[in-house]
Amino acid sequence: MAMIKRHWKTLKTAAWLGWQMESNWTQPFLFAVYSILKPIAATMILVLMYWVVINPGYGGQAENAIMFSFLYVGNAFYIFVGQMLFGIFRVIQGDREWYQTIRNVYIAPISYYVYVVARALTQLVIASIAVVITLLFGVFVLGVQISLAVTDIPLFLTILVIGLVGVSAMGVILGGISFLTAKHMHGMNESVAGIFYLFCGVLFPISMFPVWGQFISRAIPLTYWFEALRRVLAPETLQIPTSLTQIDTGLLMLILLSSTIVLVLVSYFVFKGADYLARRKGVIDMITSY
Amino acid sequence: MNYAVETKNLCRVFKRKRSRKERKQEPTKENQKEVVALDDVNIQVKEGELFGLLGPNGAGKTTLIKILSTLLLPTKGEAWVAGHNVAEDTFNIRMKINSVSGGESSGYGLLTARENVWMFSQFYDVPSKVAKQRADDLFKTFGLYEKRNQKMRTLSTGERQKMGMVRGFITDPDIIFLDEPTLGLDVNASRVIRRFVADWVREHEKKTVLLTTHYMMEAEELCDRVAIIDKGKVLVCDTPENLKKTVRRSSTLRLEIDPLKDYSKFRDIPGIRNFSKKVNPETNRSELVFVIDDEAAVSDILSVVTGEGKRIHELRKTEPTLEDVFVSLVGRALE
Repeated sequence: MAMIKRHWKTLKTAAWLGWQMESNWTQPFLFAVYSILKPIAATMILVLMYWVVINPGYGGQAENAIMFSFLYVGNAFYIFVGQMLFGIFRVIQGDREWYQTIRNVYIAPISYYVYVVARALTQLVIASIAVVITLLFGVFVLGVQISLAVTDIPLFLTILVIGLVGVSAMGVILGGISFLTAKHMHGMNESVAGIFYLFCGVLFPISMFPVWGQFISRAIPLTYWFEALRRVLAPETLQIPTSLTQIDTGLLMLILLSSTIVLVLVSYFVFKGADYLARRKGVIDMITSY
Repeated sequence: MNYAVETKNLCRVFKRKRSRKERKQEPTKENQKEVVALDDVNIQVKEGELFGLLGPNGAGKTTLIKILSTLLLPTKGEAWVAGHNVAEDTFNIRMKINSVSGGESSGYGLLTARENVWMFSQFYDVPSKVAKQRADDLFKTFGLYEKRNQKMRTLSTGERQKMGMVRGFITDPDIIFLDEPTLGLDVNASRVIRRFVADWVREHEKKTVLLTTHYMMEAEELCDRVAIIDKGKVLVCDTPENLKKTVRRSSTLRLEIDPLKDYSKFRDIPGIRNFSKKVNPETNRSELVFVIDDEAAVSDILSVVTGEGKRIHELRKTEPTLEDVFVSLVGRALE
């Protein structure tokens, strides 16, 4: 009980710190404007690319509203993936290299794993704001077809939470590995995020890949997350053959849940293992950016 | 006896990557693959003691502090803090310790000084109200009270260092590791810190301080016992008074002269136990410290200097200090 109380206090304090660090860098008004404009601007890059591709003047085909919803929803929820994979890495590297507080946090009687997860929660909040803004902009400005029935809300929230736990676990795995790497290794996170962007069916159905590509896609839990989210938020996208269409939603949820449990366990052990190795090598508080 | 800190045959070796060029060369002291930071270190620090580790930069002091504060694992040997093994029982150690590094300006610049130290206190489960009161008291002690609500990024380096002291003591640890706490601070700030540390140990019977420093005056003024460490080895360990007794039968001669071409001639003079030299860049003069067992050596020393036609600017015979102990053991000055 005492340990749970201690973890809860760590969680609250670290989440408070994370929020201060993410929101306190400018005035509240500017922060609000930035929070709204950033996801919209990022979305518009994709939307403009799409418009160019479908423009018959450039040899494109006529607009496909269902396909647009497919890629828009995928892209909106990918914000979570990008934010979490980079965010947790940034927390550890920032504490270590920039603020140089890691040694003081590390020797405190807390679970550093809980501390990192709590800092990740802030990243989740920031990403959630961006996702909501992106979806609202899509529906009301770009006419994206999203139809979430009231009866589907519990299912949607379940899928969302399971997926976010999985994404956070992946962030923690990369964060753990970053214990052992220098600051300039942020390329590792970029690569992993890029692989997910390509193979998880974010922008296009995985059925477009050759067999080996589909094999990779099916091995990544996030693929099932994006599929499940679309089934609830934009059911008409089921018309697009993704090669996962034949999987029943119940089974899809089971795959998502079980792979997320595995991911959480792996993240814990990878983080602990990397922590031990870093302590053995003496690199917990190393400074690599000279 | 319960020791606050105990180490047995503690070793720490760091592996370093050698460049391609170094790999092609014959192994030398400079390009070796392994660097021995701690070599068979055995110390016992009693509960309630203010124990000093005195040594030059690179002696292994910080490595030892890192191991004892659970930031680093030893390569060989064992260490216990508050009776718990540093490799196995980190949580129980972390409950009882804290650590402050000199030159440390770490903290979150976007938070105020008070928020920074409050946040760390929460990791040690200090009740929020108690933490805020303690923080204010410590800010007053370190002359930072007026600036406690300023963002940390607006504080000077010295002020951040003092904030680090507040962070270290706000958790009221049983054992605190102070790694060169006055490094780079001005005279007044150093004095405030030294006085605070001395008072803290005196007022709290069971609190223990392990202080590393390369300022011999600091070790002499504060510490109940001092271990002199060099190149990862503990050379001696005793009270400052007893350590000075080891060179008391000798005398210490300090010379300030124009730089010589060759200092090796001093090694051949009988009666010199050891000597150190350093050049003062401001005056461009050599400052020599000789620990001599035989007074007859003085005339030989002066002959070497005058023989090269160099001028003697100052000559003093002084009471032995811890630095003289270090010079007699190692043959070079601390700084």
